[in-house]
Amino acid sequence: MWWRSPSFILDKQQSDTVPHQRNPRDTLPLPSPPPFSMADTLQNPNPENNISAYYQTRAAHHAVVTGDWLAQAQAAIGRDPDDSTDTTVATVAGKPFSVIDEFNSWRKQPELAEAVAAIRALAAVIRNCQATTMMELEIELKKSSDSLKSGDTTSISLTAGCDLFMRYVTRTSALEYEDFDSAKSRLIERAEKFGEISCKARRIIAMLSQDFIFDGCTILVHGFSRVVFEVLKTAAQSKKLFRVFCTEGRPDRSGLRLSNELAKLDVPVKLLIDSAVAYTMDEVDMVFVGADGVVESGGIINMMGTFQIALVAHSMNKPVYVAAESYKFARLYPLDQKDMVPALCPIDFGVPIPSKVEVETSARDYTPPQYLTLLFTDLGVLTPSVVSDELIQLYL
Amino acid sequence: MDARRAPRTVSDPKVRKVGFFTAPPDRSLSGPPDHRIFSFLTSPPPVVDNSSPSAGNSLSPVMIPPPRHSSANLSPLRRDSAEYFPPSASPTSPASFSDDVAAAAMGRGAVAASSSLPGGLGFDIAALKSAASSVPASGLTTVSVVNNFPIGISEKGGGVAVEMQNDQSTRSKSLKEKTTKAERRALQEAQRAAKAAAKAEGVAASEKKGGDRPQEKDRKKEVPQPRMQYDDKSRVEKAKRRAVVKQTEARNRVELFRHLPQYERGTQLPELESKLFELDPMHPAVYKVGLQYLSGDICGGNARCIAMLQAFQEAIKDYSTPPEKTLARDLTAKIGSYVSFLIECRPLSISMGNAIRFLKNRIAKLPLSLSEMEAKTNLHSDIDRFINEKIILADKVIVKHAVTKISDGDVLLTYGSSSAVEMVLLHAHELGKQFRVVVVDSRPKLEGQLLLRRLVGKGINCTYTHINAISYIMHEVTRVFLGASSVLSNGTVYSRVGTACVAMVAHSFHVPVLVCCEAYKFHERVQLDSICSNELGDPDVISQVRGREDINFLDGSSNSAILQLLNLIYDATPSDYVSMIITDYGMVPPTSVPVIVREYRREHLWI
Repeated sequence: MWWRSPSFILDKQQSDTVPHQRNPRDTLPLPSPPPFSMADTLQNPNPENNISAYYQTRAAHHAVVTGDWLAQAQAAIGRDPDDSTDTTVATVAGKPFSVIDEFNSWRKQPELAEAVAAIRALAAVIRNCQATTMMELEIELKKSSDSLKSGDTTSISLTAGCDLFMRYVTRTSALEYEDFDSAKSRLIERAEKFGEISCKARRIIAMLSQDFIFDGCTILVHGFSRVVFEVLKTAAQSKKLFRVFCTEGRPDRSGLRLSNELAKLDVPVKLLIDSAVAYTMDEVDMVFVGADGVVESGGIINMMGTFQIALVAHSMNKPVYVAAESYKFARLYPLDQKDMVPALCPIDFGVPIPSKVEVETSARDYTPPQYLTLLFTDLGVLTPSVVSDELIQLYL
Repeated sequence: MDARRAPRTVSDPKVRKVGFFTAPPDRSLSGPPDHRIFSFLTSPPPVVDNSSPSAGNSLSPVMIPPPRHSSANLSPLRRDSAEYFPPSASPTSPASFSDDVAAAAMGRGAVAASSSLPGGLGFDIAALKSAASSVPASGLTTVSVVNNFPIGISEKGGGVAVEMQNDQSTRSKSLKEKTTKAERRALQEAQRAAKAAAKAEGVAASEKKGGDRPQEKDRKKEVPQPRMQYDDKSRVEKAKRRAVVKQTEARNRVELFRHLPQYERGTQLPELESKLFELDPMHPAVYKVGLQYLSGDICGGNARCIAMLQAFQEAIKDYSTPPEKTLARDLTAKIGSYVSFLIECRPLSISMGNAIRFLKNRIAKLPLSLSEMEAKTNLHSDIDRFINEKIILADKVIVKHAVTKISDGDVLLTYGSSSAVEMVLLHAHELGKQFRVVVVDSRPKLEGQLLLRRLVGKGINCTYTHINAISYIMHEVTRVFLGASSVLSNGTVYSRVGTACVAMVAHSFHVPVLVCCEAYKFHERVQLDSICSNELGDPDVISQVRGREDINFLDGSSNSAILQLLNLIYDATPSDYVSMIITDYGMVPPTSVPVIVREYRREHLWI
C-alpha cells in the first residue's frame, strides 16, 4: 500500500514538477496503483475515497509512523531540494503561472499553515496577473481561489483563508478613485499585509494564552497543532513550570512528534494512548487543542478524538481551550458529526484487516460549542458564541 | 454596505473590541431612557427598612430597591457594610451606583449582570467597562448588552430586573413572596410616574437645547409605545371609548393572563359587518383585512403582514392630505388609527409591528420637498420593496440555506404549518432528495392537516401524528424544522403553542432543531416566558370538539364561575433547545440574533 512508505512525499515532489492534472477524474479507475503511477493525482491522491489532501499534508509534516520514518522522509525531501524559491519566479522561467503550483510550493514548508500558503499563492496571482481592469483582476482572483478550493474540499482553513483573502483584499473603498496600476499595487500591499497578519497570528495567540497557563498546571494536548506548540513553547520560554500530557494522536501519531519537540524544550511530558484520556483526566487542569476549522456555531472541527476529549473534560469540569487563528473561521454549520464533507485518511493497524471488516477512516470530528470553554484567536480570547458574531461581521 | 461598517475590516485584529460595543456613546449621556432610569434611581424611598415590608406603600423597597440595595445584592461585602452603616453607605448619585454595579458585574460575569438590568443601565456598564478596561483581558471579554431598549421593554425589564435582584438578596427573599398584585400595580404606577417625569424633563431639555431636537425626536420614534396592560382598568376604559370594535369581556378571565385582552368571541363580526357603511375614517381595504383577521381567514405571520401592508398601500393610494395639514404627520396619524383598529380585531404579531415601524419611518423620512403624488408613489414602492426583499426574497434565501441541511434518508419533523418550512420541504423534494416528513399537529387549529394535504399532493412521503405522540415518533427523526412568529434578542423563539414542547423533546433525543425565520421578524425584546406577552384564543374551541357530541362533557359547565379555560396561541422556546436559526443572513446560532438585530436594524427600517 502506498501510504505505508514515506514515498508519497517523494511523489509529491515530482508532482510539483509535472504539469498539474486539473481533472482528477481522468485517473480515477486505478484499482491498486503502484506508488509512482499515483504521482499526478497527488493533489487529491484518492478522490474516489475522499482521502483528504489536507490530512495527507499534515501527516507528511507532523506524523510519526515509524522510528526512522522522519529520517526517511527528510532524505526523500533532501534528494529533491526545495524549489520554493524558483516557483515564485516561475513566470520568469517562461513557465505559465499556476496558482496550484505556487500553493503547493508554499505548502511544503511545515511551519506555514495551509491558509497562509493559499494567501501567499493568491497574492502571487495578483502580482502575476496580466489583467488591465479591476473587474478582470477580480475575476482572475476568484477563478484561482476557486481552483485552489476545489483542489482540496476537505481543508476548511484553505477555503476559509481564500474567502477571507477575497473579502479583505477586494473590499477597500479606496480602490475606486485610483487608476488601475496604483490600485493593483495597493491590492498587493494589502495582500502582503494580510499574509503577514496571518503569520503573526500564532505569536499573538501564544501571548494571549500565557495568562491561562499557571505554574504547576497539567495540560492535556491532543495531536500536533503548531499553534498549541507555539503556546507551550512560549510558556516554557517564560520559565513557567507545567507538565504536558500528550495523546498519541492515532492514526498519524502526531502526538509523538509533539512530545519529542516538548522534550527538547525540557518540558515534562507524558505520553498517553488515545484511550487513556478519561483515565488521566482527573490530574489534568486544562485541555489545549488546535482546530482545523472553527465553525459558525462556535464549535470546532479538529482531528479525530477531539470531541471525546472535550466530552470527558466537560463531564469532569475541566476547561477546554482552543487555539485557532482567525483565518480558520469558516462559514460552515455542521449539525452533527455526519453533517460535514467527509475527510478520510488511511489507517494503519499493523496487521492485515479482513475485507469483511469495515474501517472508520474519518480523519476529523466536530466538537459542539457547549463543550468548549474559550477560543484563543488573534482577534482575542473569545467565547464560542462570539465566533458567529465575528463571522457575520466578516462576511455580511 | 461598505460604508456602514467601514472600520470593521480585518486589518486591526489585535485592538478589535469583541462583543457589542457599537452603540453611539452619547446615548448613555442623555436621552429619555436614561433620564427615566436615573430619576427613578435617584429618588429612592426615604426609609428602607427590611423589617417593615409595607404593602400599602407605593414605593415599597421590594419593588424599587435603592442604589445600595442592588449593589449590596450583587456583592456580599457591600451588603455587610450596608447593613452596618445604612445611611452612610447609600450612594445615591447615579455615577457611583453604576460604578458599583460595574464592579460587581465584573465580579460575577458581566453577561448575566448587564442583561438583567434595564437597557440604559446595562449600556452604561458597557461604556464604563470599555472606558476602564485596564485589565488586558477585560477588553476582550464578551459583554452581551443589547443596547437601546425601547421604553416599553425597559419598563417591564426593570420590573424583571428588580425581581431578579430580589432573588439574589437573601434579605428580600422573604419579602418577595409577599409581593401581592397590589404591590405589583404600585410598582407599575411608580415606574409610570417616573417615566412621565423623565419625559417632561426630556422635553424641557430638548426645548432648551433646540439644536439637537430632531435627534431627540428620532430617538423617541425608535421606541415603540408600551403595550397595553389589560388589567389596568383606567386605560382599558379609555381604550374602550376609542374602540371601533365593541368587545364584551369574557366572564371567566384566566387569572394569570389578566394583562392580555380576553373577550367574548363571535359577537364582534356581525356587528362590524352591520357598521360597514358607517365607519367613515376606516379605509375599506383596512376594514376588509381587519375582518379577515377577526374571522381567522388570514393567519400565519407572513400572510398577515403582507395583507396588512397591501391594505396600507391601498389606503395610501386613496389618501389625500387635508388642507392645513402636512402629509407626514397626518398620514402617520391615519396609519396609527388603522393599526389600532387592526389591533382590536386581533393583536398584532411582532413581525407586523416591525413592518409598521418600517412604514412609519419611511413616512417620517419623506423629504418635505416632495409633492403629495410623489410621496405616495414613493411609499407605495417602499412597501413593495419591503414585501419583496424582506419576505419573499428572504424566504428564497432561507430555502436555499435550509436544503443544504437535508440529505438523503432524512426523516424531517415539522410542527403545525409554517410557510417557510413548507417551501423548504417542497424545494428539497424538487431537488430529488429522498426524505420522509413527519407532520405533528395539535388541536384546536389542526393547521398541520393543510400542510399535510399540500405535501402529499406533491408526492412527499408523510406521517401525520398529534403532539401527544411526539416522544414516540421522535426517535426516528433526524431533523426538526420549525417556523417562528418571532425570534427575540436572547434567542428565544416565539412561535405557535406547542413548538417549545417539540423542541424540548427533540433536544432530549439529540435531534437538531432548525428554526426558519425571516430576519424582519427578529425583535430586540427579551422574553423569558410565554406569560408576559401572548395572545389568547377563543376558549370555547378547546372545551368543545366540533362534530363529536358524545365527548362534549364540558357543555353545560363552560359558564361556571370556577372554570377558567385557557387557550394560548403562542409560546416561547428557550434558545438552549434551538440548534440553529436559518434566516436570510445565513445559518446562525441563536446567540447571534442580537448581532443581526443590531447590525441590520437600520437597514430594516430604512432599507
